[in-house]
Amino acid sequence: MSSVSLQSVTKTYGSHRVVSDFTLEIAQSEFLVLLGPSGCGKTTTLRMIAGFVEPSAGRILFGNRDVTDLPPYHRNTGLVFQGYALFPHLTVSENVAFGLRMRRLDRVEIERRTEEALRLVRLEALAERMPRQLSGGQQQRVALARALVIEPEILLLDEPLSNLDAKLREEVRVEIRQLQRRLGLTTVMVTHDQEEALSVADRLVVMNNGEIQQIGTQRALYNAPSNQFVASFIGRTNFFAGAMAGPQRFRTESGLEIAVAAAEAPERLLAIRPERVRLGNANGAANSFSGTIEFVSYLGANTEYVVRLASGDAVMVEVHNDRAESAEPLIVGSQIRVAWDPDACQLIA
Amino acid sequence: MAGAAAVASVLRKRWPRYTLGAATTACYAAMLLPILFVGWLSFFKNEILSFPPEGYTLRWFKALWLQPQFADGFMTSLEVALLAMLGGLAVGIPASLALVRSEMPLRETLNTLLLSPLVVPGIVIGTSLYFFLIDVEIATEWPLTGSMAGLVFGHVLITIPWTVRLIAANLVGIDRAIEEAAMNLGADRLRTLLKVTLPVIRPGVVAAALFSFVVSFGNLELSLFLVSPGETTLPIAILQYLEWKIDPTIAAVSLIQIAIIAVAMVLTNRFVRLSQVV
Repeated sequence: MSSVSLQSVTKTYGSHRVVSDFTLEIAQSEFLVLLGPSGCGKTTTLRMIAGFVEPSAGRILFGNRDVTDLPPYHRNTGLVFQGYALFPHLTVSENVAFGLRMRRLDRVEIERRTEEALRLVRLEALAERMPRQLSGGQQQRVALARALVIEPEILLLDEPLSNLDAKLREEVRVEIRQLQRRLGLTTVMVTHDQEEALSVADRLVVMNNGEIQQIGTQRALYNAPSNQFVASFIGRTNFFAGAMAGPQRFRTESGLEIAVAAAEAPERLLAIRPERVRLGNANGAANSFSGTIEFVSYLGANTEYVVRLASGDAVMVEVHNDRAESAEPLIVGSQIRVAWDPDACQLIA
Repeated sequence: MAGAAAVASVLRKRWPRYTLGAATTACYAAMLLPILFVGWLSFFKNEILSFPPEGYTLRWFKALWLQPQFADGFMTSLEVALLAMLGGLAVGIPASLALVRSEMPLRETLNTLLLSPLVVPGIVIGTSLYFFLIDVEIATEWPLTGSMAGLVFGHVLITIPWTVRLIAANLVGIDRAIEEAAMNLGADRLRTLLKVTLPVIRPGVVAAALFSFVVSFGNLELSLFLVSPGETTLPIAILQYLEWKIDPTIAAVSLIQIAIIAVAMVLTNRFVRLSQVV
């Protein structure tokens, strides 16, 4: 396993920049997730690391080894494809052994490592099956074993969970994360699913339009998003456009005066996470506004409300149901006050 | 009266199904009856092919072995068909890979060109190929006209539309990612082709081989122009025989030819399910 270094990697097709000036250091044994909407360049970045797409500019290093000009078959990466891409004409164990055969290892060694890899993903019993006889989850584990058995420098996962049903997806996600920790695998995963990304990553890279929007841990991205795209892509949030009107005062375009924790700053956007907004008793709150409930959706643990303020702004509010302060249920049309603390306000450029 | 009403009601409900059944039966009859008749006729005692049979005999099959032009023609046809099949695959596999996998310009044009032997009448291909070979022979002094090489070359040409169609169709249905997976695991392009791509498109290749064989084996128009003096293929032998006599020998030859192709189909079907690729 090695670290990976991407230095100003760029990919253009004609005049279209798919990935621009991508610079990133991935530490050994780190689980990094590339997150973004489809077409944001995350898959292209992964394919450049694997060697299937040639960068238009920039260098890619595994450890100290410059691999930029190496073809995929000389890079020693283990890629798990979105559709698994198992060889349909080979059995499970032949699929896993394929990479070892290509390395011309001796037969005993191939057998030993194939068995070991199948044990790792708990598929020893299915070694002689054909891929079409396996369920989606089993096929996924074969793909993982096949990628790991060659002891790759880096494990690459291209939307590995997107073809599994919701329940299985969570199980496999935990399994992959545990395996990655145990074996100390340097891993890059691509996904468009933010929940999946948040649950497995050591560090995330949020991408949009071929550019890195922000790099950081889950907490950093959620609590200190660097721009509107990140704030809206990671979790949900209420935005108010406006400008600072004085020290620790933000005036929205709709005319609300909001107390914020930050001193004067040039930022023009205020973001407040729905769970930081309180409903009802707003005694002593720095920010308290009246409004009408416009929408209620009960989600088990939480209830979500949309409150229309007198200023015309709509505010999403998320309330933990065991902490609901009002005894009588709030219904659409109820008059209510919403409140939040100054330190709940995130100011974004 | 109640019975008639019941029948009418059943008919009204089921007429779509009955109509479909009748149409299907008619189609199969149109396809299979000629073959059945050929088989039946080959056992007639009549000296001239005619109805009704005056009795049954096996003498036409015995007569075949006494007429060397059929056995010779059969061997030539077999040889040409096998060579044409190999030649067709040698051209068809790379051509299909290029058509499906590459992004080269003029792909559509190449595709149309490769399929054109299906559109041009065989007799026209035969004539033009004959003149072409004469020109080449004059320019290079290679003895091409009336040679085995020239004959096989012509037959390869008519197998190409089949090999390209069948193999390309198979190739289109294959997930590109499995080739990438092979490369990711350390296989260079050649080993990816040999270890993954070709094994995976095997059904298409086998079907292509079979169709090439059948198309070449039954071809008359090209062979008429390209065959060496003194040699015959089986279809030519049949044609020549028909010019002199119309007796059930022809039916007997045809029956044997049909049987050989049927056996080839059944054998192939054991290795790949033809219905999946054709």
